[in-house]
Amino acid sequence: MIKTLFTVLALVVSSAAIAAGSTVPLDKAPIDLTDKESLQRGARIFQNYCLGCHQMEYQRYSRTFRDLGIPDDIGMETLGFTANKVGDHIKNAAPKADLANWFGAAPPDLSNVARVRGPDWLYTYMRSFYVDPSRPFGVNNEVFPMVGMPHVLQELQGIPYKATETRLVDGVPTEVNVGIKTDGSGELSTEEYDSTVADLVNYLEYVGEPSKLESRSLGVKVLIFLGIFFIFAFLLKKEYWRDVH
Amino acid sequence: MFKNFMSWIEYRMPFMEKMNLHVMQYPAPKNFNFWYFFGSLAMLVLVNQILTGIWLTMNFVPSAEGAFASVEYIMRDVEYGWLLRYMHSTGASAFFVVVYLHMLRGMMYGSYQKPRELLWIFGMLIFLVLMAEAFMGYLLPWGQMSFWGAQVIISIFGVIPVIGDDLTLWIRGDYVISGATLNRFFALHVIALPLVLVVLVFLHIIALHEVGSNNPDGIDVKRENNGEKIENNVSDKFTFHQYFTKGGKKIIVDAIPFHPYYTVKDIVGVVGFLFIFCFVIFFAPEGGGYFLEPPNFEPANPMKTPDHIAPVWYFTPFYAILRAVPDQLFGAIFMFLAILFLALLPWLDRCPVRSVRYRSTLHKANLVNFCISFVALGVLGVLPATPFYTLLAQIFSFTYFAYFGLLWFYSKNEKTKPLPVRLS
Repeated sequence: MIKTLFTVLALVVSSAAIAAGSTVPLDKAPIDLTDKESLQRGARIFQNYCLGCHQMEYQRYSRTFRDLGIPDDIGMETLGFTANKVGDHIKNAAPKADLANWFGAAPPDLSNVARVRGPDWLYTYMRSFYVDPSRPFGVNNEVFPMVGMPHVLQELQGIPYKATETRLVDGVPTEVNVGIKTDGSGELSTEEYDSTVADLVNYLEYVGEPSKLESRSLGVKVLIFLGIFFIFAFLLKKEYWRDVH
Repeated sequence: MFKNFMSWIEYRMPFMEKMNLHVMQYPAPKNFNFWYFFGSLAMLVLVNQILTGIWLTMNFVPSAEGAFASVEYIMRDVEYGWLLRYMHSTGASAFFVVVYLHMLRGMMYGSYQKPRELLWIFGMLIFLVLMAEAFMGYLLPWGQMSFWGAQVIISIFGVIPVIGDDLTLWIRGDYVISGATLNRFFALHVIALPLVLVVLVFLHIIALHEVGSNNPDGIDVKRENNGEKIENNVSDKFTFHQYFTKGGKKIIVDAIPFHPYYTVKDIVGVVGFLFIFCFVIFFAPEGGGYFLEPPNFEPANPMKTPDHIAPVWYFTPFYAILRAVPDQLFGAIFMFLAILFLALLPWLDRCPVRSVRYRSTLHKANLVNFCISFVALGVLGVLPATPFYTLLAQIFSFTYFAYFGLLWFYSKNEKTKPLPVRLS
């Protein structure tokens, strides 16, 4: 009985993975919301590589600039490609219907993508493209098979392919998948690419919940206040209840 | 000056009279324990929901085109909008946590037994309205899980023979869930159901104050006054409203005035509760994906079904029962019965002893069985319906209903322990 309960409880935890619809083990995204430089680099990657097709239609430039410590004028000059005013949402001018035709599905809005998928999924996804000539854009993805998205960061990563090695499995030489490697044609080394993706994911995580840092710092103050209030409330109760006991 | 003002009021409206009756001179048993915090906490959460709800309404746009974007507007552009939203969304889950514990308290100490049957029925009605309120509120952010969760729950009504299809059409106001559904759910969520809820809570408390609170020992604190002197009676120190002593015909034993004793005690409970509540709001507002489900951060899309549709955690025990029954109609019937049997507890339990403290080992074991079944069903309702989980859900549905059957069977001639004369 108790054993069954524990089994069930253990399975609840794993149900989050089922809900995400992913079967590939995910790498932990090395992100840090307090690292403003990383967030700024991530914002730059997003503006340069993602915004062509994806939007952040609920996030305003001004909010990003404020939270990332970028002065409005510098922000507008370096990142505000699609903005008329600093208060505009981070949108592109791409025609929705055409995008849907070109890629098979309209590229999703990325304001909340980190909350839908989780940072680890995004981090692994962006590092799991591989060459697959059967696909329209010549690439497939291990985390999201048959995805309609081309490998936008290919010029940074190089051409990724599924590397295999011949190993002895139970005494029989077998082709074993040893992960994704690149041909070295990219601008970045593997480590640099991983860290660039981490910056991007960090930014997406921030945009998913821009209030997170504020929430945490306010939360600490609230909990400290409640902790002190609890002592006084408890002492007050004890004092009154002396009549009863 | 103040005294003059108060007597001016009192002459026109019995304000102090009613305050004395219900607060300052209301006798509450002196031995309330931890489990007695959850009634006042439920009131606190109700107030939280109403206040944060009012402020959310100021910026929410109840239309299929505007709802999702307006929630994001609240989260990103409204000052402290994120806090209001998280207080409201976490409050919904907290409401069910405290209400479930409040109900368990009633079951443990037999608080539903005579003369508190009507009090219990009002409580069950509050629970029903609360479920409707939470369900309709969850549609409003117009996310994927809002849409598809509502789709699943509304389709349950479709299994009713003859009228089913027309009934779902009537609930949705459309052939599919649409802006029409969203608008009517908004109206019901912010006006109709909260009004009903507040009225029911008022009746719940009026009924409570008429019969008086039960307590962990399950014995009465108001007794016939036969002139006998009662030793060490803490109640002698206090004045209680003559409504409760019936002009000396009743004597109050081991009870204390609600104010200040339980007001100061409830403050301790409130602060303890707020500590946990605020921890979730500020550090884990999604509640691990159970309070706010990840697919709900994607706008509702009728063309794209999420991989796994699970109702919010507080519905899952009943949802697991629904899925455990192979036939849809009978599944819906059993789900309804799971709630109806709770409402019938005052008549299913025929034991004259109220508190679990003085009841048989069999009853204690049965109550543990109920708790395990309820929690296990809740867990199973979150998981996908694989054959193994369905089998488990069937077993736990059986043990859930067995609680009521067994209770009715053994409670008539139960071997109970002798009741204490005074509160411990």
